[in-house]
Amino acid sequence: MRKHALLLYALAYLAFLYVPVLVLPIFSFNDSQFIAFPLAGFTTRWYARLGADTAMLHALGNSLKVGMATALLSTLLGLLAARAVTRYRLRGTHAALGFISLPLFIPDIVLGISLLLMLGAIGLPLSLGAVVLGHLLVCVPFAITVLVARFEGFDRDLEEASADLGEDGWMTFWRVTFPLILPGILASLLLTFITSFDEFLVAYFLSGTEPTLPVYIWGQLRFPERLPMVLALGAIILAVSVALVALAEYVRNAGVKKPMVGA
Amino acid sequence: MAYLSIRQVSKAFGGPPVVDAVDLEVPQGRFFALLGPSGCGKTTLLRMIAGFETPDSGTIAIDGEVMNAIPPHLRPTNMVFQSYAIFPHLSVFDNIAYGLRKLRLPKNELKARVEAMLATVRLEGLSGRGAGQLSGGQRQRVALARALVRQPKLLLLDEPLAALDKRLREAMQVELRQLQRQVGITFLMVTHDQEEALSLADQVAVMNNGKILQVASPRELYERPNCREVADFIGEINFFHATVKAVDGDRVTVNGGLLGVVALPRANILFDAAVGDALLLAIRPEDIGFADAGLAGTLAASTFLGETTLFQVQVAGRSDPIVVSNYFDPPSKDVHLNFPPDMLIGLPES
Amino acid sequence: MRRQGNGANVAGGTGSQGAQNGYWLLAPTLAVMALGLAAPLGLVAVYSLKNQTGISLSEGWTLAQYGEVLGRASYRTLFWRSLGISGLVTLVTVLLAYPMAYFVAFKARRAKFVWLIALTIPFWTSYLLRVFAWKIILGFDGVINSGLMRLGLIDHPLTFLLYNPFSVVVTLAHAWAAFAILPIYVSLEKIDRSLLEAATDLGDGPLRRFLRVTLPLSMPGVIGAAVLIFVPTTGDYVTPTLVGGPAGSMIANVIEIQFGRIGNWPMGSALALVSMTAVALVAGAFVLLARWATARVR
Repeated sequence: MRKHALLLYALAYLAFLYVPVLVLPIFSFNDSQFIAFPLAGFTTRWYARLGADTAMLHALGNSLKVGMATALLSTLLGLLAARAVTRYRLRGTHAALGFISLPLFIPDIVLGISLLLMLGAIGLPLSLGAVVLGHLLVCVPFAITVLVARFEGFDRDLEEASADLGEDGWMTFWRVTFPLILPGILASLLLTFITSFDEFLVAYFLSGTEPTLPVYIWGQLRFPERLPMVLALGAIILAVSVALVALAEYVRNAGVKKPMVGA
Repeated sequence: MAYLSIRQVSKAFGGPPVVDAVDLEVPQGRFFALLGPSGCGKTTLLRMIAGFETPDSGTIAIDGEVMNAIPPHLRPTNMVFQSYAIFPHLSVFDNIAYGLRKLRLPKNELKARVEAMLATVRLEGLSGRGAGQLSGGQRQRVALARALVRQPKLLLLDEPLAALDKRLREAMQVELRQLQRQVGITFLMVTHDQEEALSLADQVAVMNNGKILQVASPRELYERPNCREVADFIGEINFFHATVKAVDGDRVTVNGGLLGVVALPRANILFDAAVGDALLLAIRPEDIGFADAGLAGTLAASTFLGETTLFQVQVAGRSDPIVVSNYFDPPSKDVHLNFPPDMLIGLPES
Repeated sequence: MRRQGNGANVAGGTGSQGAQNGYWLLAPTLAVMALGLAAPLGLVAVYSLKNQTGISLSEGWTLAQYGEVLGRASYRTLFWRSLGISGLVTLVTVLLAYPMAYFVAFKARRAKFVWLIALTIPFWTSYLLRVFAWKIILGFDGVINSGLMRLGLIDHPLTFLLYNPFSVVVTLAHAWAAFAILPIYVSLEKIDRSLLEAATDLGDGPLRRFLRVTLPLSMPGVIGAAVLIFVPTTGDYVTPTLVGGPAGSMIANVIEIQFGRIGNWPMGSALALVSMTAVALVAGAFVLLARWATARVR
């Protein structure tokens, strides 16, 4: 009986999580400008209009650029730092890690305005580059967390075994270290990309005349007649994300099952 | 000329030396064991030979070539790691072929060499297995095969059997010994298990606190340990404090305390003893007999070991019990012990 | 015995050389952080100690901004409300998420993975739109009101749903749920099952076992989740703006206004620093308190 109570709770909680999210796709197909019951009939015109919205597509392009740059850079920085702290016993490791993870403890708005001030002080214009820098602050701690976990599960003996079997540092990295931490790298890329792609506040302060997608959406929320389109956009983002995660899972499982034979 | 030659090698990790001015010569083609308790520095010494640690001072030479400046991937050594360090993302075949990449062998030749090695370690048919699908014993064989396939001048084994259960360990001991004879490569094994060292190796170096105490054949180590530490570390043994009373001809007379005055063969005194010197008389449990007369004691405890039984005998005037090994139980709790003088050995009182 | 205390030694490198390599690996990240975090924050501190007339800053230093930030009643209200709302959000989110995480960790068995995926999918869409969805749901002519009126349960739209602290709390508890579920789940999952069996074996019933073993051992996850939620929600801008209304506006709203419409950067800087410090202090105090409490329970 108690087990069922917990199960019921879990299902109710799941409903709480899903209901608001399902509003997006439901009303994105609703043939009415007003987001209210009763539903007025099925339409795909919001999606069609979305495809014709060049400003939105431009913002999407900006977000993809920023997301990819942030994901690559923060994962690279995270790799180096995670390697440093798991491989070497360094004095001041704790202080360094504390400093790096500081952005987790600072509200985003403070990060945004402080970078805004700095750009002003050194006379640099607001740009997507500035957004990337801001997103790095938020993403590098995530990347490090993911990668440190991966490196910590990594048996140092394996690298020594590789050296012992005649491979130098570089080849050891490619033949042993890299394949073994690859899942961590992919997870870090995915996590940091999504984080950057979804980040609003820092981009809001720093993007200037080149809005990212969240900044663009923010601007649209003021116009009731554009809301169904925004919902359609949200539904697409949701669908693509789910497809990506499913793909990642599929690849991961396939990788496990595939027998690795041959030299 | 020794094949592996270690001279005055020391290593410290920011504290007292872990390896302290060690000299060691290992002959070619033998099975050599480095035996010592945990933390004695034996693994550090092994890792210096493999190149994973750099000596603070001293030289390590293999086949006449000084190794100090040579990085591990260029050394003619290969190692079987305690954890086996099997690459988890590779198959058995790829694990074994890992170190052959630089030879750029044609595919069929590579395959032939790996298959031959698999046969040597009796893993035929497992080449496609993933690393995760192997048992402990199989992992050990893959680790061996992966190292041996490179035909190293020196195979280093770091506690190779420690991760296996007792029965498998015993079976693998026999196999390891045979394998060494078969391939003829010099094996240098590190272990803390004295039984393993004695049964596997042609020669054993006993190490403690970063120093090598004695290098000898297993039999000699057991029968003629050169100091109390070695005697104590290898098997059960009883010690008695004594003083040298007289040295005449081939017998030495000592005052052995509880044992009374005994004359033992001069050859049994394992150091240069003079009249008046303090010495330690040592005797193995199986050399002490129950008798009708002799040192009187009471049976305090006994441990049945199968073939023999180990008895703890409490005697007046001594706090530790004397350990006696015998096939039969004594008739009563009150026993008399007989110490054959020829079985006593004399060690320096340290 | 192995590797006597020296993790830095690889492939023939000595300890100090290894350490040097380690610092080189850390250097780029530290440089980015210094450039993107330390320098800008320093600048915020400098600005907060200036006066602004027109668009130029005063020469000397002044504490005037801090005087006003801490002195003005409307700011004080805003600070307390922000901390209060975030605290409540943190509490609600963690309380709601704990049984969920517990269910996945201990009861879901084989379906564990499916549950984890199902729980994270809602978070794969835009934060902005997740928050906005609540505005649609709770709004005057939103989903709930239009639905209820359609069903004839109410005659007039319910107005207490939106634009108040309640709507902010509900929205944030939804938006940050994953940040509570996952850390708590991880800490529950890590608990050695034999410890639970040992507790039962030593005479604890299910409830006592939960209070004496499971809960204390999962506290790291709970504390982590709480900090992870409390810090960003205190400074959240989107939610109070979209669903908070005047009664639900928070500190980030005034900071934004100072940097946006009003353009008083020194004042905005002082507000930012004070709120950052307040958040850090409250979060730090909470962590210490939680650790102390955990130690007491055992």
